[in-house]
Parts: sequence; C-alpha cells; structure tokens
Amino acid sequence: MSREVVLNRVRSALSGSNHEPIAPISGYRLTGILTDEQRVQLFESRLDDYGARVFHSSRQNLRENIATTLLEGKKLRMVHPAGVPESWLDDRIFWAADSQSAGDGLPYTQIEGFDGVLTGATAAVAESGSIVLQHSLTEGRRALTLLPDYHLCILYEHQIVETLPECFGRLKGSATRPTTFISGPSATADIEMTRIKGVHGPRFLDVLLFGSVVPLTSMP
Amino acid sequence: MTLVTLDPRKAKPFPKAAAELLRDTQLRKNVAHATDVIQRKRAAVVAEKEDWQALRSAGAEIRKEALRHLDTYLEQFEQQFIQAGGHVHWAEDAVEAQRIVLGILREAQATEIIKIKSMTTAEIELNQSLESNGIRIYETDLAELILQLGAEQPSHIIAPALHKNRQQVRELFSREMHLPDLTDEPAALTEAARLYLREKFLKVKAAVCGANFLIAETGSICIVESEGNGRMCLTLPDTLIAIAGIEKVIPHFSDLEVLLQTLPRSATGERMNPYNSVWTGVTPGDGPQNLHVVLLDNGRSHVLADEISRQTLQCIRCAACLNTCPVFRQTGGHAYGSVYSGPIGAILTPQLYRLEHALSLPYASSLCGACYEVCPVKINIPEVLVYLRSRVVDRNRGKLASVFNQERIGMKMMARIFLSPQRFEAAQRMARVLEKPLVGKDGWIHWLPGLGGQWTVARDLEAFPAQTFREWWQSRPKAKGGRQ
Repeated sequence: MSREVVLNRVRSALSGSNHEPIAPISGYRLTGILTDEQRVQLFESRLDDYGARVFHSSRQNLRENIATTLLEGKKLRMVHPAGVPESWLDDRIFWAADSQSAGDGLPYTQIEGFDGVLTGATAAVAESGSIVLQHSLTEGRRALTLLPDYHLCILYEHQIVETLPECFGRLKGSATRPTTFISGPSATADIEMTRIKGVHGPRFLDVLLFGSVVPLTSMP
Repeated sequence: MTLVTLDPRKAKPFPKAAAELLRDTQLRKNVAHATDVIQRKRAAVVAEKEDWQALRSAGAEIRKEALRHLDTYLEQFEQQFIQAGGHVHWAEDAVEAQRIVLGILREAQATEIIKIKSMTTAEIELNQSLESNGIRIYETDLAELILQLGAEQPSHIIAPALHKNRQQVRELFSREMHLPDLTDEPAALTEAARLYLREKFLKVKAAVCGANFLIAETGSICIVESEGNGRMCLTLPDTLIAIAGIEKVIPHFSDLEVLLQTLPRSATGERMNPYNSVWTGVTPGDGPQNLHVVLLDNGRSHVLADEISRQTLQCIRCAACLNTCPVFRQTGGHAYGSVYSGPIGAILTPQLYRLEHALSLPYASSLCGACYEVCPVKINIPEVLVYLRSRVVDRNRGKLASVFNQERIGMKMMARIFLSPQRFEAAQRMARVLEKPLVGKDGWIHWLPGLGGQWTVARDLEAFPAQTFREWWQSRPKAKGGRQ
C-alpha cells in the first residue's frame, strides 16, 4: 500500500539524522504597542490602502448608519446570514436571510443576484488590515460573503487586535471552524504586476466600525 | 508561441535553453519589469517589519521541525483530516497521483473541473493526464487562464504568466473569448476573465487545488490567494481534491501567525494577500461535502534523506528568490526546463529527479547569495547549490577518470601549481606572457580556446595585472620600526 511505502521512505530518510532540539520559536513581536485609538487608525489606513472604505458609528445609530451606507451605494436588495441581529435591518432595504442549516440555504445563483451581503466578523488585525470570518451565525456560510459583488462588514472596535499573533491567540479555541481572512476586496497583479481591484470575490468592501460602547461580555 | 518543455527529463541543458531565450528581447523586458515591481514592493513591506529577521528564523524553525518529524506530523494530519470527514490518499509518484484524482472524479461522475493554481499539479502534469482521459479543465487563476488559453507553460512560481505583457494578453483574450473590442487595460482584461469564469464557478461540480499548508494539529488545509477564484473553488463545488507534497505539513495552527506574515510580504510584496482560507474537513451546509487530499511523495522522501539538502523542502513557494536572482531576471523561468525555476528550482528539480536529470541547474547561479538573503524560511540555497555541484562532479567521476579528459588534466595541473609557491609564481608569470594575444584593448579577455571557452561564452575575463600582490609585497619599501 502506498501509504506504508511513503511513510517508510520518510522514516528511513529520517532515521540517520541527529535530533538535537530545535531553537525555540520566538523573538518576533507577539503583542501590540499602540493605544486603542492608534490601533483603529492603523486598521483604517490599511483598509484604505487596499481600496476598502471604513465608516464609524455609535451603537445607537448603527441601524441608521447601515441603512444610509446602503442607500447611498444603491444597495437596495441585500442578503444576510440568518443570525444577524434584527436591530441592524432597516425597512427601507429589502432583506433576505440565508440559513446555515444543511440544505436550507439559498441557491448560489440567487445569492449572486443580490446587491450585496451584510455580516458581522470574528476578529480583525490592524497591522495587516485583515478581517477574520469564522462563519458563525452572524457571518454566514462561506459562499455568502463571496458571491455578491459588495460586502458590508460590521465590526466592533474591540474586535480589532494589532498583530497577527494576537489574532491567532483569539482564534485558538475555534481553530477547526472554517476560517477566512479577508484583506481588502479581491485583487490580482497577474498582468504586468499591476494591482487590479476586484476579480472574482466581492469587488467592493465597506467596513462599519462600531464604537466600544458595549461591554466585552455581551459580545457574540 | 515558444516551444518550451518543463519536463526535466526532456528539457535542454540550462546554458542552451538560456542562450535561446535571451534572444527574446520582449520576454526579457517583461520579466525585468515584473521582477522589478515585485522586488520594490517586497522591500518596502519588509523594511517596515522590525522583527523581520526573527520572523525568518521562526519560519525556518517551524519548517525544520515539521521535516524532522515528518512521519509523525503526516500521520497526525491524516488522522485529524479523516476525523473531520475527509478522505486521505497517498501517492508514491506522479502517475499514482494522476490515477487517484481520475478515480475520484470518475466516482463523482465529474467530467469537468475548476482548478486553483497549483505548482504541485503542474509538477505531476495533472492537466495533460486528465484531459487525455476526457476531463475538461478550467484554470481559474488569471495567470493560469492566460497560459491555458495560449497553450503556454508557467514561467514563475507566483506569477506564472509574468513573461506576458498586456498587449499579448489582450490579443489572446480577444481571440479566445471572442471579444474584438477588448482594450489592453489590465482592468478590462481582468473584467473579461471575471465574466468568462463566473458561469463555470456556478456550474462545475468538482474542483482541484493544491495546498499552501497542511496543519497537523487540526487536520486543516490553508490556501493563500488574491483573486477569490480560490474561495470559489473551495466552497461552491460538491467535490474537492487537494494535492499536496508531503513536505507541506506544519505542526500547529498558530504557526500561521509567522508564515502568514512572511509569505505574502515575500511573494507579492503585500502586508497580507486578499484572501486566506483555512478549513477543516467537511462542514455540513457549507462547502464541498466530498473532500479528498492526495499526499504526494514523487521524490521528496529522497530529498529528505540528505541532511544538507533537506532544507530545500522548507520552501513555502514565495518565489522571492526568483525575483532577486540575477540569472532568473535575465533568462526568465522557461530556461530552467522545470515548473520550479529560479534558485529554488535549481536545487529542487535535480533532487526530485534523484540527480538523474537537470544536472546543469546547480550551475545556473553566480552564487551571489541574494536568494538566501530574501528567503523567508532561510534556505541556504548557495550552500545547497555548491553541495549539488560536488555531487554532480562525484557522479561524473567515472568519465573524469579518463587520462585524456581535459577537465581532469586541468584540475590535476592546478592542484600541482597551488601546492608550491614557486610553481604558483612561475605560473603567474607564464600566464601573463601567454595571455597577451588574447587580451583586448579594454584589458579584458573575451575569448578563450578549448575548455576555457565555456567560461568566455557567457562572461569576460580580466587580464592578469602588470604586478601581482606578491610582487608588490616583495618590492614595497620596508616599514621603519614597529612590529614586523
């Protein structure tokens, strides 16, 4: 059986080597040094580099700000994961909920037809300008944030960490969930290394940042 | 269209292939432009990381640890992957991997597949094999699409169509996609590809991908990409087959906190590429429910056995060594006669073929060391190049044994000369006389007879100086006082 053949080749290849302990993996920066405000600013400037837009909102005005952003962009027919809070959804927009239970979700061709998708997120990284989705109830299945041409992501400011190691620290308990790092709209540089925004994934990404008014414990 | 083979068993030796490609001035312009742009971007995002050297060291240690206990980590990955609902296959070589993939597709009744760019599938010539068995393949990475439509070969690990410029791509897309009014703006070309592929993403039920990392601890696969074609292939089809070299495993999920900092910066000069997908087996209601991974050896265990050249397998395929290499920047990738080109290709390819093919590649380097300096996992490529050269020489020792072999005679003479200072000085004086007819007005030798001609075919040689260091030392005014 090939499994045994390959594993035996590997074992015999390694049998002669000396197994001195490897140097400890350390020395790189683990934690951030910025203030809360600087961290949010860094995140914003990174997203700006990628061609994504960032807006701010207070908790009280969240619903209104979501609606305004969408209306201004003429995104009138939106899809969202079924777990998104009702309080985010203004009546001036048409909303369709997508279920994550196997077999109950909307067909892909229908998802593709919406003007955009609204979701929450699991975490964000300021240094790399990344949003992390682990496809929970407020983030939806993976196809939902992929097929529509526009993604509006709602992010609590305290979900933003400064460094990638801090982010992986937060993801430790949920490592086996499907995980997607999104750093700006889809892009390519395959033709003459010219960066072109927008290929197959959403071509437009907006992030609505939501002040840390809410205490940490009540976060989803 | 250039006729290039990237099968190391059939490819021309590097000096021959390179000499031909160097005459293609358009190709040289395209390659120089693209590598300049990536290098500039990389330098900027690397410079802002104060802990860059620590990240490189950490990346190297992660990859070394994985290789040192590769059997353990592979078994751990296999166990976790199966537990998460996936199927694991092992392939000793390219042919077995092709057979496994075809078998899975037949069972799933798939007659067409969408595909993410993967060096490993190029290595095993998966497309040719599947096509000859009636499977239709749609490459979905923009560069791979360009190559597929133009029936061309990849020339770079990260940007495989880097040898094509926008006018060439426009011409190709316009013809193949029937778009007579297409302009050569990269944005318009990208839009054309988006529309062309959208329908395939929604329709095709099976996909093939490679893997950037296999995570032993969790049984997860990580795919790093930019365009979103990867995410399409990873989530929309019912069947997904990942093909990964056995060396792609890393021990822990958190190892990504290092590698996802170094890989995008080294590969595309970005702080982070647009999309990274990490997933573990089958998730009900989300993504492919029929999930397979093929673990491919194809010569890797052989590379692993040698403790000096084992580091070759640390590679995370960022291609930074290609972009910085003064040889690659002149010749482009096709001269290497392998899907793995540039410095990493020069050490990986001959080893994957057990030093039976591609033996000119370890010499396709000036040993300047730029590749080692940029490598995000600290592969000492010059060290391995020199080591492989010595093995190529050892291998040819039989041929060299002939008393009439020019190289052998030359080396023996050199050995005798270097053994004695008198002989060395005499040889220098003699060379200064003998070289006279060969030295040009500019003080350089442009042509040498016989075996020496192999040097001057691509390089010039500076004439001996009128006075050697030893002669100057003898004749210098003696210092007054002080230490002798």
